[in-house]
Amino acid sequence: MNPNSYQPNDTICALATPAGLGAIGVIRLSGTKAIAIANQCFIGKDLTQVASHTAHFGRLVQTETIIDEVLATVFVEPKSYTGENTVEISCHGSPYIQQKILETLVERGARLAQPGEFTLRAFLNGKLDLTQAEAVADLIASDSEMSHKTAMNQMRGGFSKEIALLREKLINFASLIELELDFSEEDVEFASRPELHTLVSNLHVMLRNLADSFKTGNAIKNGVPTVIAGKPNAGKSTLLNALIKEDRAIVSDIAGTTRDTIEEVFSIGGINFRLIDTAGIRTHTADLIESIGIEKTYEKIRLASIVVYLFDAITTSPESLANELAEFKTLDAIVIPVANKIDLAETNALQQKFAAFENLILLSSKTQDGLNQLYERLRAVVETEAGRDDVIITNIRHFKALSDAAQSLAQVLESMQINRTGELLAFDIRKAIFHLGEVTGEITNDDLLANIFSKFCIGK
Amino acid sequence: MFDQYDVIVVGAGHAGCEAAAAAANLGSKVLLITMDMTKMAQMSCNPAMGGIAKGQIVREIDALGGYSGIVSDKSTIQFRMLNRSKGPAMWSPRSQNDRMLFTQYWRELLEETINIDFWQDMVSEIILDKETVVGVKTGMGQTINAKSVILTNGTFLNGIIHIGTKQFGGGRIGEKSATGITEQLRSIGLETGRMKTGTPPRIDGRTLNYAKMEIQEGDTNPERFSYLKDERKTTKQLNCWITYTNQNVHDILKEGFEDSPMYAGRIQGLGPRYCPSIEDKINRFAERERHQIFVEPEGWNTHEIYVNGFSTSLPENIQYKALRHIPGFENAKMFRPGYAIEYDYFPPTQLNLNLETKSIKNLFFAGQINGTTGYEEAACQGLMAGINAHQSINNKQPFILNRSEAYIGVLIDDLVNKGTDEPYRMFTSRAEYRLMLRQDNADVRLTTKSYELGLASEERIEAVTAKIKKTNQIIEYFKKTSIQPEIANPMLIDNGSSEIKQNYKLFQILSRPQINIENFKNTSLEIEALFNTCDKDSLLSAEILMKYEGYLEKEQLLVEKMTRLENIQIKETFDFSAIKSLSLEAKEKLIKQRPKTLGQASRISGIAPSDISILMVHLGR
Repeated sequence: MNPNSYQPNDTICALATPAGLGAIGVIRLSGTKAIAIANQCFIGKDLTQVASHTAHFGRLVQTETIIDEVLATVFVEPKSYTGENTVEISCHGSPYIQQKILETLVERGARLAQPGEFTLRAFLNGKLDLTQAEAVADLIASDSEMSHKTAMNQMRGGFSKEIALLREKLINFASLIELELDFSEEDVEFASRPELHTLVSNLHVMLRNLADSFKTGNAIKNGVPTVIAGKPNAGKSTLLNALIKEDRAIVSDIAGTTRDTIEEVFSIGGINFRLIDTAGIRTHTADLIESIGIEKTYEKIRLASIVVYLFDAITTSPESLANELAEFKTLDAIVIPVANKIDLAETNALQQKFAAFENLILLSSKTQDGLNQLYERLRAVVETEAGRDDVIITNIRHFKALSDAAQSLAQVLESMQINRTGELLAFDIRKAIFHLGEVTGEITNDDLLANIFSKFCIGK
Repeated sequence: MFDQYDVIVVGAGHAGCEAAAAAANLGSKVLLITMDMTKMAQMSCNPAMGGIAKGQIVREIDALGGYSGIVSDKSTIQFRMLNRSKGPAMWSPRSQNDRMLFTQYWRELLEETINIDFWQDMVSEIILDKETVVGVKTGMGQTINAKSVILTNGTFLNGIIHIGTKQFGGGRIGEKSATGITEQLRSIGLETGRMKTGTPPRIDGRTLNYAKMEIQEGDTNPERFSYLKDERKTTKQLNCWITYTNQNVHDILKEGFEDSPMYAGRIQGLGPRYCPSIEDKINRFAERERHQIFVEPEGWNTHEIYVNGFSTSLPENIQYKALRHIPGFENAKMFRPGYAIEYDYFPPTQLNLNLETKSIKNLFFAGQINGTTGYEEAACQGLMAGINAHQSINNKQPFILNRSEAYIGVLIDDLVNKGTDEPYRMFTSRAEYRLMLRQDNADVRLTTKSYELGLASEERIEAVTAKIKKTNQIIEYFKKTSIQPEIANPMLIDNGSSEIKQNYKLFQILSRPQINIENFKNTSLEIEALFNTCDKDSLLSAEILMKYEGYLEKEQLLVEKMTRLENIQIKETFDFSAIKSLSLEAKEKLIKQRPKTLGQASRISGIAPSDISILMVHLGR
């Protein structure tokens, strides 16, 4: 939400579950008068008298009309998500009922919450720090096991802690340099430059890695961009269908953000894969390599983190495969070579034929033999990349700050190389510390808040 | 007997003298009251002005039209630009001074300043009309009326001097302490604390053997503090010397520890960590086998020597015995022993940024009374208090310098917002925009502001305007003019820089670390002609601005980023206590200190970033 419009004394309400039909819906009411307002339209126990963290069955009425039978759960301040008096009303999952209940609550003195307002209040009441609040936004937006996991990790403060540690090391380093600047007249011993160089390079690598993990993190959050490539008739569309027809897959159509193409998503082991430019595969006229040309194809492939390279196991010689794969070498993507149509030859013979290729997968998109190995490989690739327990950056603001910090440290290394004077080293170190502070919330600026609170959906 | 004054300045140390001069030069009618008119602007401790970060302050004072720079220049016995091996932001001018001449020149300048009257007496009380100060009462029973009062009492308020187990009242050795003011101000609700500082013994220079010490000479081409051009050049200089303590010295000093007022707990005040006594150094850094001692002459016409680095309050006989084990000091005779002094200060969080007390209108504090240490720190506060007293009684805007404009701004902002537990000294690391706050550009940063105020003279504004114009002219020339390889290469080779193969703009060549602006002088007649029209300062400014352009731009971006917090105002009526979500500590501090902007609030110690975020939301950002 825009913190400009913050009205701390209002009682706010919103639907906390997704809009639309469902088995149940939950409406959340928070603020000083939350319990009193809920009680006014609740027929059942006197909610103002019940203990905190108890649920009560009753009927919700608008003036005299009964809207629904509901369960009201009461949280007395400060022991609630927002730190305020809160009532969660579980009702039946009809948009009409939910709308009516919200109307009733507003009539009784509540107002509709703005996006992010519940979390803003939680933050203002000291329930969350800024990075945690940020993680809540990510948590709510997470739709796969992996993205959920990284968001959870961040919300528990793991990420802040790591950055705070790095920041502390840098502050120590900075103080050594400051000593040289402010006490050069005195008989003090200065830190050795090689030691400082080692420290800064190490920190620089760590920050670089963290910043780089954004790519992985972002992939986890939004789906790993994947391309199926291959010559005409290699069997790409059959494989595509096999991948997205799988039962466990979450198959959905997402309108492409930057192009007018349809992207399809499938899920393996809690990881979402986003197929890039499947349109090109579906329409036979637009077979990538032939019709658009190799350059255009590469443009698409460059967007990918993973390239599944499909080829005809029967007609492709190991030599030409090696040539074809070499074309991908310049890409910053992981290439999985997949030999298709293995149903047309002896598996052993094929294994021998392509023995020189590591990590090659033999598959028949027709019989679906080998499909499981492909799944395994895709999952393994992402998990290795993500390192599973490592800290992964998923937030663009963090990415920006970490990149800036890493860049400042690179500048420090350069300065040491060409013997720039201490105050210039100190300048860039201070800058790096400043940027790390932006991540941990030790530096406050209005961007931070505006950025954080603009990301929330209504109800959280 | 007394006129009605606009400003009464209590105390004539470095703060008081600058305060009186500034207020008088702005047109206020000033009375300067001191207990001893022969001790005006006394260098109570080391006979030196400037140093790292402090030298920048002296130049700022000068750029604003204060007198400290001028007096320092006139009384210089040695001048050094410290930190020359570092970048220009770190260069720090420092002078050794003739202690007696320093005092004499200050007094002459003040006596020549119209609008200043003098009175020798002790101020024992301020006179209040409700919550506004209207005058002072003195020890001799005089009542003197004024629209404003500036207190610059230094170490005199309930000063107690300690030497070994002896202790006696005094503001400096041989001078009486001042009483009454602390008690009165405490009774009307101001908080006070105790601080401690110390000074080393003074030695007869004729008894020292300099052959056993390292010489420390002044600069070959000594510069000066003042931007005014008509001052005479420093020609003759005196040498300083360096020697070291040793294990023997330490062992002897330790014999006196049980009689040390510090260790026996007779001194409660906190001393400065960065200017420790010799006993503190031995105690806290036991692993160090020796400590550096600077042997500094006190003037042209005296044999007195200041033993910098040997501040102590141990018994005199121990001081004497230990000194004689320092190389070169074998036959040393002492003029007077070192001592420690404890005095009252008022935690400076009780002040507004114009140095006026929050609770009493038109009462200003400057110098050690605010918990600072150092002549430069005191002098600049005096200058700012003098200006602001004048502004206040004339209903004019307070004159406040930002952290990005001056070390003076950093100093006052730190004092008022963060407060201090130990004597506060300036360091370059306290300034977040250090690359901008250089000794070479204090005039560019500040003189126009002061001129608009009515303080800096016509002469100063003309000088700085000419300098800026010249500087820009050089930069413009260097940015538009190319140099051919055949002309540049001989010069590049001479300076150990790699050759060029095509034309480059002059400023691109200048950005190389090995090259300085003087190197271009003989590369073309045009440049030579241009340089001949430029003074040294303009050339240096142009060089720095071009060489450090990238860094200066980055720093400017940071300033802009941080200034946004400074621009978020907190209304006088804003109710901090109504915000439930602030931490208890934050709430208390905010209510007590009443910051005027969010930026100020963010620098109060104990205010967490999350508190600032919370305030930001409540302030509608």
